[in-house]
Amino acid sequence: MTKVEGPPAVVPEPPEERSRAAARLTVHRRRRLTPYLLILPALTILALVLLWPILQMLWMSLHSYGLQQLQGQQAEWNSFAHYLDVLTDERFWEIFRNTIVVCLAMVALTMLLGTLVGLLLHKLPNWASTVLGLGLMLAWATPVISAAIVHRWLFDTRYGLVNAVLGALPDWLVGGGWQDFNWFNSPVTLFPILVVTVVWQSFPFVAISVLAGLKSIPGDLYEAVRIDGAGAWKSFWNVTFPMLRPLFALLLVLQIIWDFRIFTQLFILAGGVSNRDVALIPTYIYQLGFASTPPNYGMGSAIAVIMTVLVLAISAYYLRVMIHQEEAR
Amino acid sequence: MNNRYRVRRILGRAGMYAAALAVLLFAVFPVYWVLATALRPTGEIFTREPTLFPGELTLEHFERVLSGVLIPGTSFWSFLTNSLVVTVGSVTVAALVSLLAAVAVARFRFSLRGAFILMLMVIQMVPVEALIISLFVNFFHLGRTLDMELVNNLSGVFVVYVAVALPITILMVRNFVAAVPKSLEEAAAIDGASGWTIFWRILMPLVAPGLGAASIFAFITAWNEFLVAFTFLQNNTGAYTLPISLQYYFGAVSVEWGSVMAASTLLTVPVMIFFLLVQRRMVSGLTMGAVKG
Repeated sequence: MTKVEGPPAVVPEPPEERSRAAARLTVHRRRRLTPYLLILPALTILALVLLWPILQMLWMSLHSYGLQQLQGQQAEWNSFAHYLDVLTDERFWEIFRNTIVVCLAMVALTMLLGTLVGLLLHKLPNWASTVLGLGLMLAWATPVISAAIVHRWLFDTRYGLVNAVLGALPDWLVGGGWQDFNWFNSPVTLFPILVVTVVWQSFPFVAISVLAGLKSIPGDLYEAVRIDGAGAWKSFWNVTFPMLRPLFALLLVLQIIWDFRIFTQLFILAGGVSNRDVALIPTYIYQLGFASTPPNYGMGSAIAVIMTVLVLAISAYYLRVMIHQEEAR
Repeated sequence: MNNRYRVRRILGRAGMYAAALAVLLFAVFPVYWVLATALRPTGEIFTREPTLFPGELTLEHFERVLSGVLIPGTSFWSFLTNSLVVTVGSVTVAALVSLLAAVAVARFRFSLRGAFILMLMVIQMVPVEALIISLFVNFFHLGRTLDMELVNNLSGVFVVYVAVALPITILMVRNFVAAVPKSLEEAAAIDGASGWTIFWRILMPLVAPGLGAASIFAFITAWNEFLVAFTFLQNNTGAYTLPISLQYYFGAVSVEWGSVMAASTLLTVPVMIFFLLVQRRMVSGLTMGAVKG
């Protein structure tokens, strides 16, 4: 870790020796030190609470690290054994594949639905747009844990509304056997519910961002393509999309990062992390660290490192945009 | 010809409103279902034939949650106090620390400035879900060294929330600081105002709204946070925050859905209020600059 040097202490000079030049120097030096003093508290907290654990995560991923090591025993270097284990473990690759598939499904649906609703909000008259906007806000503002729990309740095996409705509908339409149908045991039924839960909460953000973007497009551009005889479909691809391309790119990256990290919803829907069939990377890390006997902090850290590298690689685009803006300042 | 055009227009309009209604129902229904379950008597909840609207309204579930009889030895009020202490406390500390750093970044040119900003941007991308093991191990060890309990205790969660809130708060607040015209400060300096006077009298009043918005953002994040609190506090019911307590009610042997939904409502209401206050800024804060406006 590159530790930032603390500001050198200012040695107060005895007043009688203080010439005008020296006084100017002190003022100058103080001016130079001020920013470092100002960022010092933030830097200290970040270094201790986030930067240090990041290094520790790397370190643990390269050592045998379990309960004994937590209690103070020396941890042994294990020459990348965790990484070798993980990368040759079929279970890991299955979880990895599931994570990618579920994440892509969430992102695709969120972007699609969000964009369509954004366009709809733009077209609706003001009053309707406001009403719909408020409704979206309700879904968006619901705490993640509440959202997860209500979806678990809606799909509850015995008393859930969904099973009751499906049971009441004619069998030729939805099939039979819905009474006491358990949605939460197998990945085939649990992951779609997870996707619905997550999309339900994330599409409002996309919709409202797209609406903000649409409002910024000058109307005469649409006028121009309409004169050329373009319909709604064409004018979207010829005007809206190119104009909002940076916004879409940004939203896409943010959604991927957010959906890749989903933990709470899955934890609630699957009723913990013990069912490995429905694990995704974040819950797998948690399970290795806190729900296995004995816990394997080293292995968990190795997977955490892999996850961090992936997230940073995906967010490189976002970071590049941010840094560009930084330089433009 | 003209007629066909008009029919198509009317149909298009009807389709648009139908779509809007469908989206509205999709968005609102789960929220409605939380309320409907929280407000109906137990007999209407545990039935194979649930009705869309409560036949009868009752506050019994709210009473059960608030009186703490749900799980003996716990109390909603202690969960609420814990949540308030840890969120309001961490957000306040984060706001103060961020303000200082934001002034440094927005008002001074210093050699580590670029590196500092880059570090903030990268660090806010590192997922807590990946860090959770090393956070736990780190705080376990730190607590030993300092001879105090940092896990199983609110203080560890508190510190993590401060740190997690810092990067985004600094980055947001420095925009507000940068937006204050420098000439104001220079004018005050010419009138003989000291650095502190300029800071408190000129900068603060102008930056305060932005700082408030950024803090509300941090508040919502901390208020809803589940993973860190759950990992750190698992063995100490006395230190539970509201989201963890919700999981606890929910994880009970037989789930009392009415009470869970009542507790869920109580957790949600403060967020909704704050959300409405800052919703405009939430969008612009996250997609800063991607929309030209």
